[in-house]
Amino acid sequence: MIAIEFSRSVPRYAASRIAERASPGLLPCVAPLRLGHYDDPDIPGEGWVRVRPLLSGICGSDLAMIAGDASFYFSPIVSMPFVPGHEVVGTLDDKTRVVIEPVLACAARGIEPLCHACARGHIGLCVRTAHGIVAPGLQTGFCEDTGGGWGTVLVAHESQVHAVPGEITDEAAVLIEPLACAAHAVLRANVVDGEVVVVSGAGTMGLLTIAALKQLTGAGRIIAIAKHGRQRDEARRLGADDVVRPDAATRAVRLATAAHLHQPEQGSPWLAGGADVTFECSGNACALETCLRITRGRGRIVLVGLPGPARIDLAPVWHRELDVLGAYTYGVEADGRRTFDIAIDIAKRVDLAPLVSAKYPLTRYAEAIDHAMDAGRLDSVKVVFDLGSK
Amino acid sequence: MVRSSRPGLVLEVDRRTPPVLFHNGENFRLEKLPSGSRIVYPPEPLEAVKHPEDAIARAVAEPNNADPLRAKLRPGMKLTIAIDDISLPLPPMKLPDARQLVLERVLTLAAEAGVDDVELIVANSLHRRMTESEIRRMVGERVFRSFWPDRLRNFDAEDPDDVVFVGTTEHGEEVEVCKRAFESDLLVYVNINLVAMDGGHKSVPVGLGTYRSLRHHHNVQTLLDSKSYMHPERSALHHSATRMGRFLADKLDIFTIETTLNNDAFPSPYDFLSKREFEWSFRDQATYLGVTAGLKRMPDQLRQKLLHGIAAPYALTGVHAGETEAVHAKTLENLHRQHVVQVQGQSDILTCGIPYIGPYNVNSVMNPILVVCMGLGYFFNLYRNAPLVRPGGVMILTHPTPRAFNPVHHPSYIDFFDVVLADSTDPKVIEQKYEKQFAEDEWYRHLYRTSYAYHGVHPFYMWYWAAHAMDYLGDVIFVGGDREVVRRLGFRTATTMADALEMASETVGRRPSITHLHCPPLFLPEVTP
Repeated sequence: MIAIEFSRSVPRYAASRIAERASPGLLPCVAPLRLGHYDDPDIPGEGWVRVRPLLSGICGSDLAMIAGDASFYFSPIVSMPFVPGHEVVGTLDDKTRVVIEPVLACAARGIEPLCHACARGHIGLCVRTAHGIVAPGLQTGFCEDTGGGWGTVLVAHESQVHAVPGEITDEAAVLIEPLACAAHAVLRANVVDGEVVVVSGAGTMGLLTIAALKQLTGAGRIIAIAKHGRQRDEARRLGADDVVRPDAATRAVRLATAAHLHQPEQGSPWLAGGADVTFECSGNACALETCLRITRGRGRIVLVGLPGPARIDLAPVWHRELDVLGAYTYGVEADGRRTFDIAIDIAKRVDLAPLVSAKYPLTRYAEAIDHAMDAGRLDSVKVVFDLGSK
Repeated sequence: MVRSSRPGLVLEVDRRTPPVLFHNGENFRLEKLPSGSRIVYPPEPLEAVKHPEDAIARAVAEPNNADPLRAKLRPGMKLTIAIDDISLPLPPMKLPDARQLVLERVLTLAAEAGVDDVELIVANSLHRRMTESEIRRMVGERVFRSFWPDRLRNFDAEDPDDVVFVGTTEHGEEVEVCKRAFESDLLVYVNINLVAMDGGHKSVPVGLGTYRSLRHHHNVQTLLDSKSYMHPERSALHHSATRMGRFLADKLDIFTIETTLNNDAFPSPYDFLSKREFEWSFRDQATYLGVTAGLKRMPDQLRQKLLHGIAAPYALTGVHAGETEAVHAKTLENLHRQHVVQVQGQSDILTCGIPYIGPYNVNSVMNPILVVCMGLGYFFNLYRNAPLVRPGGVMILTHPTPRAFNPVHHPSYIDFFDVVLADSTDPKVIEQKYEKQFAEDEWYRHLYRTSYAYHGVHPFYMWYWAAHAMDYLGDVIFVGGDREVVRRLGFRTATTMADALEMASETVGRRPSITHLHCPPLFLPEVTP
């Protein structure tokens, strides 16, 4: 197969860290990525199938990994070298079009009995992601045995595979995985009808969170914080009531919630009052700090974007008795439905395809990653690899 | 010292005409206008009343269409004196302030008549509260010490205990005003009439009015129908205020005292700003160079302190007292004597420089919304009969339009700029969609009442003030403006005046007629179309 492989390399890791700050355009060249011909991944066991990706997205977590910004917290549940790519629409050998639910939990790993989390359907919380018949890896795309979406072949367990209804295009289908994350985050927050909700960041995750909020909740007002023009347009299209720039966010939320604004002697202003629920979708520490300051007392903050190491003033969490919720990924939700099924339902109702802004062949991976790194500024949302084209 | 007064002048630019002065925010610039352009200069300052105290005493003793003030005062009565706030004159006048002289006379009479229940209220309406030191400067030490803080205060239009709903006019306009003033046996209103828009029935119902009242005339349609604000007979705003004023006057004894000033706006060494450039002396030219270079290099705060420290050597040109309409007719007559300049015909392009100060940024920052209000609200509307620029013409303004706000004075302006203007610049859309929310916002209300913030709805009024110009003009170009800010405001920027004229040619053709409004000092072109 042809694939991009991510390998362990201390010099390249260091070079990536430097390049990200000094010259981001060099990042794809110096990062520990290599395009090459590799053996197809072996079928690890019973119930596993071969998937040929058609489209595979470049996710924020992939970019963090490439830039050397990802937390080392994940190192025990990643096995290298691996082929990245966990947002995948592809075909089985019988040509069935599928999307991959990439979490490598107990069922995929052949672990019996299931861990307590998997037994309850919370596969994202599986405690055995370093065990079983495949190498450690929290998801497909971080495991050396399964291949990933940035290659022409990967293997997936039947529990990971979801057929894609005919009315969903490939472009929309490649977004079902992040949409499932967004739907899970939205359901985690238990948004009550009429509540004022802020979505911080309007990259792919932010936009899909807005779509999920609109489809799954009775949120009274959705305020999106978006930096770039295209993001603002898409946020409005997907259901945001107000779209504001980051530097105007605090005051906009204040206005929407009739809160009072306090300006500390140092640091950013904060609201006495504020949004009921805030979704932080950018993974940016400054954005998270803003979220802590614009969410009302005993409000909820949901971390949707992958946060990295950060120095943050947590005084508001203590003072305002905030509930900070993580929202890693999908599984079975409180109503018994699989999050992926919910995401597929949403994808039938909402036109997600316009969010795919650019497709690149694997051979142009450096440009693709460069584009994805700067997607917002380039008025793009999702950049994907096109593996289906001849 | 006041020079002998010459009338205003319309100068046609030719090859020998020196570059003309443009105010440019917190600095100034000289621009060479094309030959054939017109420059409209203000009249020179009228001679001042020789003995202001005597004139004031005479005015209240021999009022128009009313009994003398002394006859209205009696022991045991409730007397309220309302005073125009810091929004005028501009720049603030050198001491003593005309209001101080009037107050001292009125209070002397009240004391002589044995009136004990006297309260002085700054008629700030939805403007910010004046600070203690600002009030002290305005009313003078003697009055301040006698009345502050218990019987000298700002009006609070959001204090439910100090507003009273009086009723509605025959046009359905709700009249809600300061309760103390309305429940007084006599309300004396002390005004400074800087421009023709001020005074008359606009004083009490507006200066002591609440949002509930003001919204009936401070709205887009009324302001679109006000052509112009400086021409009260043709101003729907004034028609509405007059209805409210008459409604109040039927129920309340109002004794109006109006003062007019000459237009001696800038003291030495800044007096070059009032002169005609072709008459600048060597000293004026050197001062211009020194002042502009100095201002350019100064830190922002120091520059603002210096400029806002300029006290205008305004002098009293008249004082009239008595029944509001009778008084105001004389006031306008007096004002026109100082301000009116006859101008023949409209032009394709009107140019004007925006100064560092306007009614709503005294001791503060002129933020982008106030810049628009100054340019398109006040200067565009500085006309009688017809605008200086033709319908569909272009207005070229000079101002750097930084994204600068005073968060204490203008908190709602920041949100107006960031949230409202990001959504729409159409006054009608903005009015419909956002006005109520801002007007009723608890935080703005809190800051208006307890801090020094303009009311939450105030930026809307500033925007509406420009609605007539936005509707009328084909293009608005800011020379030297911050591109992003001006884009947010809905206009265009040019780097130089030449670029602006080139851009304007897209709208008015390549050989446009140009008029420059050499303002401030303030004046009033009377335009014959």
